[in-house]
Amino acid sequence: MSEFRRFRGTDRYLTNESLEAAVNCALALERPLLVKGEPGTGKTLLAEAIAAALGAEIIAWNVKSTTRAQDGLYVYDTVQRLYDSRFGDHDGRDVGDIRRYIKLGPLGQALKAPHRVILLIDEVDKADLEFPNDLLHELDRMRFRITETGDEIVAVERPIVIITSNNEKELPDAFLRRCVFHFIDFPDPAFMRRIVGVHHPDLTGTLVDQTLRAFFEIRANTRLRKRPSTSELIDWIAVLKRAGIAEVKLDKELPFLGALLKKEQDLVVIADQLAGGKKFRS
Amino acid sequence: MFVDFLYELRRRRVPVGTQEAVALARALAAGLHESSLDGFYFVARSLLIHSETYLDDFDVVFAAHFRGAQLEAKNIASELLEWLKNPVKMRELSDEERASIEALDLEEVLRRFEERLKEQKERHDGGNHWIGTGGTSPFGRGGEHPQGIQVGPGGGGGKGGAMKTADARKYRPYRSDVVLDIRQIEIALRKLRAFAREGAEQELDIEGTIDATAQNAGELEIVTRPPRRPNTRVILLMDVGGSMDPYAQLMSQVFSAAKRATHWRELRTYYFHNCVYGRVFKTEGFQDPVKVNELLAECGKHYKLVIVGDAAMAPYELLGAPGYGEEGKVPGVAWLMALREHFERSVWLNPDGVGGYAHPTVDAIAGVFPMFALTLEGLGQAVSELIRGGRRA
Repeated sequence: MSEFRRFRGTDRYLTNESLEAAVNCALALERPLLVKGEPGTGKTLLAEAIAAALGAEIIAWNVKSTTRAQDGLYVYDTVQRLYDSRFGDHDGRDVGDIRRYIKLGPLGQALKAPHRVILLIDEVDKADLEFPNDLLHELDRMRFRITETGDEIVAVERPIVIITSNNEKELPDAFLRRCVFHFIDFPDPAFMRRIVGVHHPDLTGTLVDQTLRAFFEIRANTRLRKRPSTSELIDWIAVLKRAGIAEVKLDKELPFLGALLKKEQDLVVIADQLAGGKKFRS
Repeated sequence: MFVDFLYELRRRRVPVGTQEAVALARALAAGLHESSLDGFYFVARSLLIHSETYLDDFDVVFAAHFRGAQLEAKNIASELLEWLKNPVKMRELSDEERASIEALDLEEVLRRFEERLKEQKERHDGGNHWIGTGGTSPFGRGGEHPQGIQVGPGGGGGKGGAMKTADARKYRPYRSDVVLDIRQIEIALRKLRAFAREGAEQELDIEGTIDATAQNAGELEIVTRPPRRPNTRVILLMDVGGSMDPYAQLMSQVFSAAKRATHWRELRTYYFHNCVYGRVFKTEGFQDPVKVNELLAECGKHYKLVIVGDAAMAPYELLGAPGYGEEGKVPGVAWLMALREHFERSVWLNPDGVGGYAHPTVDAIAGVFPMFALTLEGLGQAVSELIRGGRRA
């Protein structure tokens, strides 16, 4: 274990002690950091903040339902090779050289990078159940072999791996055991005020008070399908600012509610309550 | 003392083991806890806990265990290592784990602690040395205890206080044990899957393309194939009412887990009471009857049949016929055997457990269907029975 630079957040990304402890554990123990939490609480931004704080490049691997572990390592572009061999239009590629048709995936690039990089495996839970298991070995050893050529890709500098999950699927135990885990709490009003301050430093005190109050009232409504989170609040305030709105009143219709609530039913629920003149909390 | 803490977590079914202990020992040796109880709380939490559903357990155990205790990081680390080096313990470990422990030399860790302690004493400048921050001594707090972490009242000042955090138990909403159970059932069911290539040809078949191209004397010949899709079809037959009433909640969990399983091509659920005779029902209230014969005609033998029931009934209910309707002369056991014969793979899940005590009809049905207890373990076994390839023995 060598010395390492401790992560303390950045001026654009606020952290708390618990998040810092988790990040620093991951850095020191060279284990992947698994970040979970409600959508919109800044899981992906965390990776960018760590990259900014450490001055490292970030390589993002956005996982989809069809992503296979293999895609992260390398892809052998058979079709291009077949095409080149048939039509002879190679752009200088040598069809006989298989290496020209092997493209490294995000993990492969992260290993090959000359400097330490941050590998962000975003929304790992979107992929197939076996996906994390298929990556165990590569993440542990930070090396893999390209079967087509026999070449071995070994990490030049062990990348820092940040994995985010929205909890759509349970992750396998063997995978979890290798990760440092952090659950991003939903910010409390005081912390949220600081976050808003970071993103909209020029905002007047009244508008912050009002938007925060409206936001937490809306979040407290238990009938919502998708409760708005930090990113929606930031967006909403941005929209209000652009529109030149300086005041938000809770008792009448809230402007640009669509920035906060993304589901039709949720808009109806909130509109109902506003129209009924009732106090919010259901 | 610290090892007890791990065992207490385990007793609460929080999966912590040697790997977590090794990681924690390494983190403490690296001084990651920053010489404070708060730091220790966060470091331990991020390394021992892997899911938000266990955070609450961690808080409870932490608060109960370390309240008023005197902790010393060095002692925790050495205690962990001693415990890990126990030869009995070592035998349970995989090679990989054993190697990672052996790589962590106890002497070395202790020496590092001492070294850092000494270093810090020599250059106690409150500067940016990476062990302590802001002039706190390395394993103490506010310079009072040069080698201990003070815990308990007044312990861990600053931003929050680990005890305060632990006591707040703010992760309670995430623990909902019911959800956890459904999830566990879902996970068990998720293994029950198979894929097949059917439908539109949208995927490039590389092997096929290469073959065809070679056959075609090098003229490129693209071969496509349909993508892999889930191909498991499941029939869930559930016993309701009477002796099954105590299991109503468990049954509804199984039902919701099965409903939520997205990796099946098809799920059919039917209900019956006591034993299957002639008909099963689409609703719990025994509406919309479906004739078993029709069901067998509709569903090929490749469907996986899962029957959930306690299998306990009066012998005449199993061996006798209900005596009404067109199928009235066929006894219950014959219907069960017909189901068993028709489907290649079928299991019976029994919420009463298996092999507890002898019961004539339970034993008889266990002779027809492979019977498993409706527990996580039993469910796992049942799923492996269902996916076992080929014809049953």
